[in-house]
Amino acid sequence: MSEAVHGEQGNGAIVRLDGVHKVYHMGTQEVHALAGVTLSFPKGSFNAIMGPSGSGKSTMLNLLGCLDRPTRGSYTLNGHDVSLLDDNALSALRLRELGFIFQSFNLIPQLTVRENIEMPLYYLGWEADESGRRSTELAELVGLGDRLGHRPAELSGGQQQRVAVARALANDPAVLLADEPTGNLDSATGQQIMELLSELNGRGRTIIMVTHETHIASYSRRRIHMLDGRIESDEEIRQ
Amino acid sequence: MTSRVARNIRLGIKTLLLHKLRSFLTVLGVVFGVGSVIAMLSVGEGASREALDQIRKLGSNNIMITAVKPTEDEAAANRVSMMSVYGLKYDDVDRISRTIPHVTRTVPAKLVRKNSFVGEKEIELRIVGTIPSWFRLVSREVLAGRIMTQRDLDSSAPVCVLTEHGARKLLATEATIGKNIRCGSDYFEVVGIVRSETAGGGIQTPDLEIDAYIPLDVARHRFGDVVIRNSSGSRERELVELHQVLVEVDDISNVETVAAALDTMLKRFHKKVDYRINVPLALLKQAEATKRTFNIVLGSIAGISLLVGGIGIMNIMLASVTERTREIGVRRAIGARRSQIVGQFLIETVVLSTVGGLIGITLGILTPTLITLFAGMPTVVTLWSLALSLGISMSIGIVFGLYPAMRAANLDPIEALRHE
Repeated sequence: MSEAVHGEQGNGAIVRLDGVHKVYHMGTQEVHALAGVTLSFPKGSFNAIMGPSGSGKSTMLNLLGCLDRPTRGSYTLNGHDVSLLDDNALSALRLRELGFIFQSFNLIPQLTVRENIEMPLYYLGWEADESGRRSTELAELVGLGDRLGHRPAELSGGQQQRVAVARALANDPAVLLADEPTGNLDSATGQQIMELLSELNGRGRTIIMVTHETHIASYSRRRIHMLDGRIESDEEIRQ
Repeated sequence: MTSRVARNIRLGIKTLLLHKLRSFLTVLGVVFGVGSVIAMLSVGEGASREALDQIRKLGSNNIMITAVKPTEDEAAANRVSMMSVYGLKYDDVDRISRTIPHVTRTVPAKLVRKNSFVGEKEIELRIVGTIPSWFRLVSREVLAGRIMTQRDLDSSAPVCVLTEHGARKLLATEATIGKNIRCGSDYFEVVGIVRSETAGGGIQTPDLEIDAYIPLDVARHRFGDVVIRNSSGSRERELVELHQVLVEVDDISNVETVAAALDTMLKRFHKKVDYRINVPLALLKQAEATKRTFNIVLGSIAGISLLVGGIGIMNIMLASVTERTREIGVRRAIGARRSQIVGQFLIETVVLSTVGGLIGITLGILTPTLITLFAGMPTVVTLWSLALSLGISMSIGIVFGLYPAMRAANLDPIEALRHE
């Protein structure tokens, strides 16, 4: 497991998976959701993970998101060996290193846009005035500077997803994880969100996105196809 | 740190206000629980405080011996020419003050009922023949004039001290002082008016009735020791020397010993039990014990109603956890620790139960006021009952909020995010 940490230093990979297995027990049957995945994502890359349902891409995202630990193999995120961490340490790692964008936005309905964006900062223990400045800045970045006092229910789907992007960026994460970020949006709005993500990647943000739509994946620079818990293909796209 | 707690509380309130009706209904259990506890305790406290006051006014250092007419057959055996002889004797008073240690004062009292007149007004007075020390043992506020003095006693002056009630009924005022009152066929000079005790409680104090105090010797000479009673067509004659003897003890710790000594002594000189020894201290202790029992019973009832309220809160919080599974998932994904999720939900339940407690306290203060206003019952809302109820309702929030909060925290974030 420790080789992974050493290997990471050479090529500037921010995420490194090494021989990762994830086994679920369904009754007496063992299901290999991930069957030996070795992958690394360099800093500043824009990656799409694709594949049919059951191919293991959700499991992959959960692992990458530190919501789960591999059964075997090692996972190193920004220098931290995830496989050895307990629940509290995983929480701390998610808080500092990761930003999540979900298919269904997952904003907290009783909170305003500002409070939603500030949520990671709250758990990070930021002071109110500091997080206020940060949330204003982020809302302006995603084009919602005038909506800070609104509730999620008062916003359109595209606007809600922008808020979610702003929230994911609040802690300045090492990696932005997106799970079908356009799945609940019409194509025009979806395109706008993808353009926002491209722009963020252009500023150096590492993005790992799970999608099954090819035209969404086309925004990324690298497409990883999964099948039956394995990497089927891994292609870099030069634009 | 404090700002974080404040922020958590604000968030909790905001979340609860999202479902106003639901939160309100949830809180009702605690509201009524706390409200009824305080109201019940205040009624109990009011009643017992009244009784305790009554007893305390008799003086905790005092012992009261009252003449009691023996049962009929006992009395018949001792009947001398159709006359029942019972009660306390002048000799008893002498013996008590001479022989029993720790006794500082012995005050005899002779009770005679007479129709009395001031001018045109007439009422039946209970005339208490006693000595000036009476007013030292049973302290009475002097409203007008003066109380009985040793000189009145020594000179057998026909003077009379009225109580407030009697004076009012006889339309006697300050102006009456120095004037005469006719009791039966005898005239007395009214020298003072003292405050009467308010009626109520289980203890019979001499001044519960409309009393007038005159020197003992005067009472003895004017009215004699024989009382003729007309009851249901038959005449009955009673020979009672003294109806009451008040005994003052030097220290509260000696009261019980003196009471026992009095009983032993009186038993020796009285062939039948024609007296009763009342020890206000013992009554006080008994009343306090009763009060304690009462409070425990009320406390248990209160506990049950608060338990029901707590279960109501727990039920809603469990529903809320299920409903907000996704929120919990999102918070966990963002990096909230389990303990922070527990904290969030606990704060919500504590806010609920505390608000319930506060409304309940308002209700609990208001209800006794209304009871006093409309039912005329004395009520006392004690500070400790308020503090206790608030404390209990807050702890209910913690106790009944802990399980739902733990459940929320132990959700698997992956499952929680997938929850519809």
